[in-house]
Amino acid sequence: MKSTVIVFPGSNCDRDVAVALEKMQFKNQMVWHKETKLPKSDLIVVPGGFSYGDYLRSGAIAGKSLIIDEVIKVANSGCLVLGICNGFQILTETGLLKGTLLRNKNLKFINKDIHIKVLNNKSKFTHKYKKEQILKINIAHNEGNFFTDTHHLEELEKENLIAFKYCDEKGDINEQSNPNGSLNNIAGIFNSNKNILGMMPHPERMIDDLISNKDGVNLFSSLLN
Amino acid sequence: MKFSVTVTLKKDVLDPQGKVVQNTLINMGLSDLKSIRQGKHFEIEVDEKDETTAKKKVDVMCKKLLVNLIIEDYKISKI
Repeated sequence: MKSTVIVFPGSNCDRDVAVALEKMQFKNQMVWHKETKLPKSDLIVVPGGFSYGDYLRSGAIAGKSLIIDEVIKVANSGCLVLGICNGFQILTETGLLKGTLLRNKNLKFINKDIHIKVLNNKSKFTHKYKKEQILKINIAHNEGNFFTDTHHLEELEKENLIAFKYCDEKGDINEQSNPNGSLNNIAGIFNSNKNILGMMPHPERMIDDLISNKDGVNLFSSLLN
Repeated sequence: MKFSVTVTLKKDVLDPQGKVVQNTLINMGLSDLKSIRQGKHFEIEVDEKDETTAKKKVDVMCKKLLVNLIIEDYKISKI
């Protein structure tokens, strides 16, 4: 499997996700945002960070960068695209994913390990997880409060396009287990073809017991086959 | 030709920053206020003499980059 990580000025999880991908035996390449051609890849990763210092809106400027036109092209022809944290924000700004990420409800930057539940394990990104499996995973963001219109929310719920929801360690999805005010506790969504996943939590930070846990491993191994 | 663009969150979108500013003003004793919505302001100079065309150009800028239409409203006025 060949993967490509897009790097913007201000990306800071690009190296972490590259380490995770290489550990899972992906052949990975880093591509600078000013490039106009993508190497042939099975997976494009838009990493976390603070692209362009979050100027205008998180992900707004990166969402109009040169390489993004190519990302949109390959995404529309079925290539797998994963956006993590700022990457998720960028994907919503490009229109590849609907909805947007607002400022956290408590107005604070949140960096902590929380729990999410796998709502849909019938996708190329999540099939190695069990349905309703609870993962302990890190979040680190200021704008992670997912918001969308009623029509899209209905579509997400009906078409099973919600990948993950925030929950507590027992798996209860409620206001107390919602760290940032996201609509219906949504932590990650697919596009309608399920070849694009955007998520606020950081699976690339959960690939090694020495520093955290291995709850993120199955996301990358799902993509391998 | 110069325009001002004001971008604000839509009515039904929660504006936690505006709320905090409002609460602070009330705590400071400036309680004669009903509500506050925080927004952004742009001043844009367009190289175009015809007002309608110039305004249209600013509108395209708003729709393509400056405004997130899912959560924000905007108003363009000539200055």
